[in-house]
Amino acid sequence: MIKFTSTEKKETRSGFGAGLHELGKQNPNVVALCADLLGSLKMDAFKKDFPDRFIQVGIAEANMMSLAAGLTIGGKIPFTGTFANFSTGRVYDQIRQSIAYSGKNVKICASHAGLTLGEDGATHQILEDIGMMKMLPGMTVIVPCDYEQTRQATLALVSHIGPAYLRFGRPAWPILTTGRPFTIGKADRMVEGKDVSIFACGHMVWQAIEAESILAEKGINAEVINLHTIKPLDVESILNSVQKTGCAVTCEEHQINGGLGDSVAQVLGQFHPAPIEMVAVKDSFGESGKPLDLLKKYGLSPENIVKAAEKVISRKK
Amino acid sequence: MSQPDLSKLKKLCSQIRRDIVRQVYNCQSGHPGGSLGCTEFMVALYFHVMKHDPSFNMDGKGEDLFFLSNGHISPVWYATLARAGYFKTSELATFRQINSRLQGHPATHEHLPGIRVASGSLGQGLSVAIGAALAKKLNKDERTVYVLMGDGEQQEGQVWEASMFAAHNKVDNLIATIDYNGQQIDGPVDQVLSLKNLKAKWEAFGWTVLECNGNNLEELIATLEKAKSLLGNGNPVMNLMRTTMGFGVDFMMGSHKWHGVAPNEEEFKKAMAQLEETMGDF
Repeated sequence: MIKFTSTEKKETRSGFGAGLHELGKQNPNVVALCADLLGSLKMDAFKKDFPDRFIQVGIAEANMMSLAAGLTIGGKIPFTGTFANFSTGRVYDQIRQSIAYSGKNVKICASHAGLTLGEDGATHQILEDIGMMKMLPGMTVIVPCDYEQTRQATLALVSHIGPAYLRFGRPAWPILTTGRPFTIGKADRMVEGKDVSIFACGHMVWQAIEAESILAEKGINAEVINLHTIKPLDVESILNSVQKTGCAVTCEEHQINGGLGDSVAQVLGQFHPAPIEMVAVKDSFGESGKPLDLLKKYGLSPENIVKAAEKVISRKK
Repeated sequence: MSQPDLSKLKKLCSQIRRDIVRQVYNCQSGHPGGSLGCTEFMVALYFHVMKHDPSFNMDGKGEDLFFLSNGHISPVWYATLARAGYFKTSELATFRQINSRLQGHPATHEHLPGIRVASGSLGQGLSVAIGAALAKKLNKDERTVYVLMGDGEQQEGQVWEASMFAAHNKVDNLIATIDYNGQQIDGPVDQVLSLKNLKAKWEAFGWTVLECNGNNLEELIATLEKAKSLLGNGNPVMNLMRTTMGFGVDFMMGSHKWHGVAPNEEEFKKAMAQLEETMGDF
């Protein structure tokens, strides 16, 4: 079995910056837009090497989203960069009308999502964005788990035609996916198991991997699936796993309403009813603090995943 | 630019006004007031000022592009596009009906030729137009991007984000127009939320501002020609276009009451009697 040693840590947002810079070299139609968060989004290298294709819009996110829609008319592939909160909630109507409904090939790249943003607190820790974005018809939603996967997802977006939302975060996080292929819409089974299926996305994949080790010590054989694409959902992988294990735990840095758990429950409810437990934020706002302390306080730690796994296994008939 | 054939353009205006009233009457919904007020503007753009191709491709490379930000005046845009050959005039009969490409507000979703982005939720069109203008610059395409907004729409904050951006970034391949009719749904703009000195506002934001009477074809075309001559000098150009809401139908003129109301049968007949049929009704 592969062991995830997790020695090297890097920010997912740096993976975005690296991917974007590579795309700048690969594709002359790639254009980057930024709303006064160049450094935070790690877009400096793109700006330096492709100044004509870098657009600084200032603190005007609504303008940025509609501008991006306009840039597609003429064949450009715009990547917008700002915090997840300002990439979604603040500009939902612009995305809905000018991008999603208009079918524009805009890539909305969003950093500092979730509780692990940390010290900035609840104003910036958006926990509703996956729900908002997955509800929009035709919108692809990707939540990569580490630097490498964010880099790969950024690269993959350029040949994926249509609007997409890429969600990543602020802190340095263990790199787990080196050498693992990434395909939009194809779940990555990171650990094979038979007693419970753990579905995780984003920073919570690491927490799920940690939980798997604890469960293994307790004699529970968990399967860990990195469900990095929330939409379109890899229904086949979900069903294959749960048909084998008979139960599911979902893990996400998001409200329990509208996120990954909600999507998995919808699949299971329709095609293979089975017990499910959801590790997610339970209808509350976050607060300032250190990322791991926040995950613990809000019930998103490996220990919470272990408890959820034990509970869901006990619910199997 | 060649000399405008004013007699032909005026005939088009009359026919398109008939088309507007008929569309709205047929489905008993839609927005006749602003549509009638902007008829000369649409006719000037599509039949004289712009280089455009009714066979339509989304990217519009090598063409002038037009964006309608105040999407509710779709009847005038649809009638103009149909009369310009983008689709058959008979399709105007489907306006706002189920299974139609002519949605209440313009959309790309049903692939209606001529439409490049959805609009209706106000305040977004200028930003989209600026994006398209930037794409033209990146593509070394020297054609112009046009956008029309409402005056009530100036109350949306995004308009001013876009205004600041275009001036700062010298988006000088863009001509924006405001339908300055002084009316919005709930009443005169001055009573709902005054724009105060709109010309001074746009100038303060760094735009070159022109003014004209948008219901006078000669004056409007001369102003748009002047606007074109000002392009390429580092500033975006704004055309503050005074119009009369409901222009051409006496009982609809000058009142916000006809912003979004359909005429009844008697009113329809009365309106049609005032507008000459010049090209055959749909």
